[in-house]
Amino acid sequence: MNSFPWLTLLIVIPIIGAIVLAAMPRESVTQAKKVALAVSLITLIVTIVTLFQFDSDSDQAFQLVNSYSWIPALGVKFSLGLSGISIVMVGLIGVLMPLVILGGWNEADDAIGSVKGYYSLMLTLQALLFGVFMATDRFLFYIFFEAVLIPMYFIIGRYGGPQRQYAAVKFLLYSLVGGLLMLVAVIALYVQGASQLGEGTFDLSALSTLQLDSGIQKWIFLGFFIAFAIKAPMWPVHTWLPDAAGQTTPGSAVLMVGVMDKIGTFGMLALCLPLFPEAAQFFAPFIVVLALISIIYGAIMALGQRDIMRLIAYTSVSHFGFIVMGIFAMTSQGMSGATFYMLNHGLSTGALFLIAGFLISRRGSSLIESFGGVHKVAPILAGTFLLAGLSSLSLPGMSSFVSEFLVLVGTFETYQWAAIIATVGIVLSALYILWLYQRTMTGPVAPGCENFTDLNTREKWSVGPIIALIIFFGFFAAPVLNAINPSVDRVMQQVGVVDPQPAISDNVTIPVDENAVVPLEREANDGEGGQS
Amino acid sequence: MTPEYYIILSAILFTLGALGFLVRRNAIIVFMCVELMLNASNLAFVGFANQWGNLDGQTIAFYVMVVAAAEVVVGLAIILMIYRTRRSASVDEPNLLKF
Amino acid sequence: MNLTSSLIASGQESEAVEASVNYAMQASGAFTWMWLLIAFPLFGAAFLLLAGRRTDKWGHWLGVAMSLASFATAVVMFFAMIASPDADRSQTLHLWDWIAVGRFEVPIALHLDQLSMTFVLLITGVGSLIHIYAVGYMAEDPARRRFFAYLNLFVAAMLLLVLADSYLVLYFGWEGVGLASYLLISFFQYKPSAAVAGKKAFVVNRVGDIGMSIAIMLMFVTFGSVTFEGVLGNVGMASETANTWIGLMLLLAACGKSAQFPLQSWLLDAMEGPTPVSALIHAATMVTAGVYLIVRSGPIFEAAPTAATAVIVIGAITLMFGAIIGCAKDDIKKVLAGSTMSQIGYMMLAAGLGPIGYVFAIFHLVAHGCFKANMFLGAGSIMHGMNDQVDMRRFGALRFVMVGTFITFSAGWLAIMGIPPFAGFFSKDKIIEAAFMHGWIPGLVAAIGAGITAFYMTRLWTMTFTGKARWTEDNQHPHESPKIMLIPIAILAFLSVSIGFILAYGDAIINWLTPVTGYAEQETVLNHYIIEYGTLAMVIAGAVIAYLQYRRDVPITPPQHVSALTTAARRDLYGDAFNEAVFMRPGQWLTRSLVFLDSRVVDGAVNGVAALAGGLSGRLRRLQTGYVRSYGLWMLIGAVVLLGFLILVRV
Repeated sequence: MNSFPWLTLLIVIPIIGAIVLAAMPRESVTQAKKVALAVSLITLIVTIVTLFQFDSDSDQAFQLVNSYSWIPALGVKFSLGLSGISIVMVGLIGVLMPLVILGGWNEADDAIGSVKGYYSLMLTLQALLFGVFMATDRFLFYIFFEAVLIPMYFIIGRYGGPQRQYAAVKFLLYSLVGGLLMLVAVIALYVQGASQLGEGTFDLSALSTLQLDSGIQKWIFLGFFIAFAIKAPMWPVHTWLPDAAGQTTPGSAVLMVGVMDKIGTFGMLALCLPLFPEAAQFFAPFIVVLALISIIYGAIMALGQRDIMRLIAYTSVSHFGFIVMGIFAMTSQGMSGATFYMLNHGLSTGALFLIAGFLISRRGSSLIESFGGVHKVAPILAGTFLLAGLSSLSLPGMSSFVSEFLVLVGTFETYQWAAIIATVGIVLSALYILWLYQRTMTGPVAPGCENFTDLNTREKWSVGPIIALIIFFGFFAAPVLNAINPSVDRVMQQVGVVDPQPAISDNVTIPVDENAVVPLEREANDGEGGQS
Repeated sequence: MTPEYYIILSAILFTLGALGFLVRRNAIIVFMCVELMLNASNLAFVGFANQWGNLDGQTIAFYVMVVAAAEVVVGLAIILMIYRTRRSASVDEPNLLKF
Repeated sequence: MNLTSSLIASGQESEAVEASVNYAMQASGAFTWMWLLIAFPLFGAAFLLLAGRRTDKWGHWLGVAMSLASFATAVVMFFAMIASPDADRSQTLHLWDWIAVGRFEVPIALHLDQLSMTFVLLITGVGSLIHIYAVGYMAEDPARRRFFAYLNLFVAAMLLLVLADSYLVLYFGWEGVGLASYLLISFFQYKPSAAVAGKKAFVVNRVGDIGMSIAIMLMFVTFGSVTFEGVLGNVGMASETANTWIGLMLLLAACGKSAQFPLQSWLLDAMEGPTPVSALIHAATMVTAGVYLIVRSGPIFEAAPTAATAVIVIGAITLMFGAIIGCAKDDIKKVLAGSTMSQIGYMMLAAGLGPIGYVFAIFHLVAHGCFKANMFLGAGSIMHGMNDQVDMRRFGALRFVMVGTFITFSAGWLAIMGIPPFAGFFSKDKIIEAAFMHGWIPGLVAAIGAGITAFYMTRLWTMTFTGKARWTEDNQHPHESPKIMLIPIAILAFLSVSIGFILAYGDAIINWLTPVTGYAEQETVLNHYIIEYGTLAMVIAGAVIAYLQYRRDVPITPPQHVSALTTAARRDLYGDAFNEAVFMRPGQWLTRSLVFLDSRVVDGAVNGVAALAGGLSGRLRRLQTGYVRSYGLWMLIGAVVLLGFLILVRV
């Protein structure tokens, strides 16, 4: 039941663009940028068309499925599909790409690699990222998961800052370690599937029917989880991110932190939970603790940074902590909030990185102390920076508030203590963002900043749409949440959890699905609720 | 019809080849020692094939011969090139590919 | 002199009226337009920020117009509400679905009842006056358009706060006013002190927001809802523990926003903002949001006596705290800020008393909004004429050169002290009486606080307007402010004089608010004549002492040999020192050590593994000799080992 291959188009168009760019002569710098922008805009149009075909009321797990036979001997298919979870990421990639190209128009000009090569790599990265989030076949997912590293490695290594070699290798090694663990887990799962179902398959919906022995389940879960935790990145495997984000170009940093790292959290939600419900519940408390450490630790580290790019990278560690906490809270609010958070974090971090890029390109330095008083010379630049920052600190009115609060509420239902400790994060986030703003934008104009020009039209068009989206979703979150909710409910069913009842309805019997297990049942009278 | 004689002969030839490979320095001799080992194994294949009465071993022997022929072409060419540049056919001379 | 009792206390019998507000009634008629209240200023803010420099010439008038439009809408709503019967005065307007995940469903909906209406009139009314005043006050500032955009943003957010029909939407407005406050405190961004003060205000408020977040989360797990209807309507079904924790967390939130102890430290620094901001946000409206929150959540506190007592304690502490700080400061705006803190302490205390106090908390809030805005604008007018001088030791004898400011300021001064028949007399006296209904301690604190209030306000008044001129800078030519600034002050001064009487006449405010807040009376522990005259005596004593002390020459440099209490009060009773010692320094230490650990231990472990692998391979590669025969030997050894292994396993 293949529909019109919209999803395949999403992968093919950027790839064609990348090939065209690679074939262009090295000297054609401006043409290369224009071609890249045009390709990304075409992709954006196809993305929007695709999004409008998505039916949030459908009872299908995956929509707009494109499935082609690939390696029949192993049961591997090239199959793509959209769920409510992946659709937000697909939309995010489509929207961010043209803005990133526009915002980072000149960022590859002085690199050792060619300009056309840079945009060729960026488009390849886009195609592969689309693939990761749309793949419904585990093997295909794994291929994309690893293939994403290739363009990113070259982008960091050829177009990055002075420490780019170190950062690129660190990035690659970290990701490969995770990837290899996942490969083992993928194969183990395949073997389990082959022995139970009679023939091997990598299809997610078939695999999720497996009855796995709990010991095996735990090991396979860990294989997947560690890979995703490195990708996400969670404490203590986060140190590659500040190095990589600090050394790469701002534009690719947007794609890396804003989109690529979401593969980790996406994988936890869309793969780990449905495939290994028992193991996920077994490990959930430990993972929530790790997420909590990430939240606080990332925020404190952000406070201690001297480099803008590294600071933003550490704020992301904190935000990823929130996302992971929401996923493993195992409530619909937590999971939907986490999914929405992935979108919002992509937008807000994207805006922050782009504007940091504008700052760095003007000053030639990414150290915080090189800036000061920018507000006086470039008020629009400062204003957009503040807006992006406010989104990062989850101010109501910004989309990130909705997601962060959903995560907190969702977590509070099952892990009260974790949610309470996590609220410290909202103070720390205000501190690191506003302190950054204070040091860079306010006060007397710092030497070297006197001749800053304000944002030009190109730059305004690059961050303007992101900020507009952030504010729009902040006021109208329901449309996105409606698309996410059915998929999250499906995950909840597969894991076998239901939302806890409010304390005042303890005495009211509410019909509960008899098949549903409630392993995370909250003790009703633990001091906060209960009938008096 | 016992294959033992073939095996013993094959083993002797293989040992000769291996020893020659390890101790000689002249590239041509080393090369011929390699060929000697290949042919020793060919002999074993043919001997076994004869014993079991099927064609598998003989097929493999042909296969090995073809590979050996191709190898001779490439190997001699390499040795020739080394001799031209270094005026020597010693295998210890070209030791640049080391740590 | 028993004016208040004759007007308000209609009977001494203990009467109690239950609150009967209906949160579920759908808005109809004129009330369906209540979204306009927020839409006008929101549009103004968005337009002024987006349109940029093109609107510099007339942007401030747009800001004023939007605020006035909102006020006009509010007046229409007010008369529509007066025209409808009590049962129809509570109206809820559903606008759109905001968040819906599982059971967590929060629409953007507005709720207008008598309590919100009071706030809406105060916010838009005082807000509009301050907008007009700011046209004159900010006339020379190149960023005046931006200033008005922020002011409009503030009005919109504050209206959302008081019109919200759920705690989450309230939180939306709550943070919105926090943002506006941040932007306006640090409006003079080129001054590092202003930038720091803005950040401090926001961060301290965020500490309070922890309370707000946890309270909302607790509400959700307890009641399965975060709307006023779902929470306040079901309070009785929840356990007292749950209600207590929700109450305490709401109190924490209120402490942050209303600068109550222990989160009071930001308010004095917030005086870095332009004076109209101090008047609007940090005196009349935003800082009273905490009181609104407590009064609105009344049912929760009634079901949780511990939490209610905590509110009283916090209110009483802050009342004294602010008053003591006010006595020692020389910066006119900081004296007023300390006074604001103290007056909000009164409101908090009243709100904590329950139905006997709710109405008077709001009464005092409205009266305070008028007279404190009046005095802040007066202080602004003085600064305007004195080249932005704020040190009262450099003032003196201003009554001759700023007659208009002097007269209007005096009205505010009399009002805050509670001299009959000015506004503060009606509102504060009733709070003191209600405090004595609760018990001796809150009653005495409130009464003594009134005496201290009289002292520091008279000190301010005397040092500023009487005595000898102590202007030191040569270029100072104190002059009266332009009409556009004086007229708003005059209107506020008129309100300072009259609002108490207007609202108290015929129990107007009690009858108006009772359906929302409920109302009750109890016996006071002390005869209420004694309370009334005793308080008045204390007020007059405080005023006379201050007048006698500061009428004489005031040294231009503050004297150094003063009592320990004065020193402490000059340093905000060590609030900042405490924060620095307990939070800031350990925080900095923690940050530094974590940054060190991250690079040396967490990253060091990874780099260590890499170095190990590198070292090992450095040794191993020595095997690569380049000699063909050595490779051959290795192959042979490998083959022999493999063969040997196979044979061994086989046998």
